[in-house]
Amino acid sequence: MANKWFTPKKEIPKKIYTSVGFITFLVVLGLWSILSYSGFVNAIFLPTPTTVLATAVKLFVSGDILLDIGISFSRVFTGFLVAALIGIPLGILMGSLRIMEGAFEPIIGFIRYMPASAFIPLLILWIGLGEAEKMSVIFLGTFFQLTLMVMDVTKNVQNDLIDVSYTLGAKNIQLFTKVILPASLPGIVDTLRITFGWAWTYLVVAEIVGASSGLGHMIMQASRFLQPDKIIVGILIIGLLGLITDIMFKSIYRASFSWMRKDGF
Amino acid sequence: MVTQKQDTTTESTDSKIQGDAIPKTTTPKLEIKDVGKIFKTKSGETVALEKTSFTVEDGEFVTILGPSGCGKSTILRIVAGLEESTSGQVLLDGQEINGPGPDRGMVFQSYTLYPWLNVKDNITFGLKLKNVPQKERDDLARHYLQLIGLVGFEKHYPIQLSGGMKQRVAIARALANDPKILIMDEPFGALDAQTRTIMQEVLLKAWEESKKTILFITHDVDESIFLADSVYVMTARPGRLKKKIPITLERPREFSMKSTVEFGNYKEELLSLIREESLKSIH
Repeated sequence: MANKWFTPKKEIPKKIYTSVGFITFLVVLGLWSILSYSGFVNAIFLPTPTTVLATAVKLFVSGDILLDIGISFSRVFTGFLVAALIGIPLGILMGSLRIMEGAFEPIIGFIRYMPASAFIPLLILWIGLGEAEKMSVIFLGTFFQLTLMVMDVTKNVQNDLIDVSYTLGAKNIQLFTKVILPASLPGIVDTLRITFGWAWTYLVVAEIVGASSGLGHMIMQASRFLQPDKIIVGILIIGLLGLITDIMFKSIYRASFSWMRKDGF
Repeated sequence: MVTQKQDTTTESTDSKIQGDAIPKTTTPKLEIKDVGKIFKTKSGETVALEKTSFTVEDGEFVTILGPSGCGKSTILRIVAGLEESTSGQVLLDGQEINGPGPDRGMVFQSYTLYPWLNVKDNITFGLKLKNVPQKERDDLARHYLQLIGLVGFEKHYPIQLSGGMKQRVAIARALANDPKILIMDEPFGALDAQTRTIMQEVLLKAWEESKKTILFITHDVDESIFLADSVYVMTARPGRLKKKIPITLERPREFSMKSTVEFGNYKEELLSLIREESLKSIH
């Protein structure tokens, strides 16, 4: 029985699948509990789960953290939105017109290896310490990858599908709106889901310098005042927000692309 | 025995095909004049298709039979306007074609339905591009669903259909657009043998009803005979038309005709022609 669970690529019962995921969580929590409750690790470095929970409750009750979440979310969302608004059309054009690919692929391929955080000093010089600077970091962190991923998705549209569209009378603009766009839409939504996850990881970097609010700022402050419980709460919240947006994108995907599933639901 | 046959056929080939290329008193539906294709590669030039000429009459069902890699798809793609020839011209109703257009409908071997559209919206895709009114689109969709035997499947998405069903819809989609000619590039090549014979009958029914001119590529000898008014046999690369064989089996064609002596004779002739070519392409 248990032997079957360790056969490569073999399906296992759904119950087992979910239970093992749950168990892994419990193991991590268990290790954390042993290390912290026993006093094996100093509470200044690793607070107990109950302390973290109490801190989280306190932060939510006072409402301070909601403000931080709101401001952080708006930064991530705006920076990402601008990246998507430019990156999606550009990626589609690059994926379907060789001339656009030739013009933009080399420079984007080059810039994407430059760490977004390294641009922060330059961004501060150029646009100061305001919201625009924070959003720019998120933008730089996601735009280039997003554009290249959308390009790849568009490139994968079957050539025969485009050829048959010509024989059905599609002109160039119609080819984009009626064929290439709908054909690559699922891939684009999936790209957005993945890159939005990355946008969250750039948040702390964006809020390290010159921020007076936001989850990243809260984490940095907590570090300064030796409040590991607050740091952990901040990290967990960023993780949860990332997870929630991921789930949202997945449900948009499921709802919009029922034609990709045999059962049609 | 094979070599004997080879001699007689090659002798007669050139004169016969050139004879057909000379325009008759009425303009043919499709006229292919000295169409050739040369690919430029690093090691020089490769002739994919030698200068080829033939005509297709209005309402005629023509199949092109040839070994793989003989350039038969190249001819079709040039006629469809999806590829440019390096020489010659293609005339449709006496007009030179230039690029792809809705007057030449096409069905591919690969499944090319739009996966995000249901069966009905797939069939009416070209009509919508032409801004045909909704009412007319609905009527046409109903008509073609009936013709291909898929009534009740209009709301299904391509992923829910079998390979044969997908190709039926692809045929309906091409016909609904009312092209002057239907070009088919091994449309049943990916289907299993049983489905294929059924699809041949479905196609013949659609052809008889729509009176379309069809240019159909296949490497299946039975298929080329069963469907065609004329079969063109192509040589191995570089591709060239080797022989035209008119098929005079009576219409409408029935499945049972495949086991008649007449059919068998055609098959023997074509098989030996194509065998020579297949052997050449292996060596």
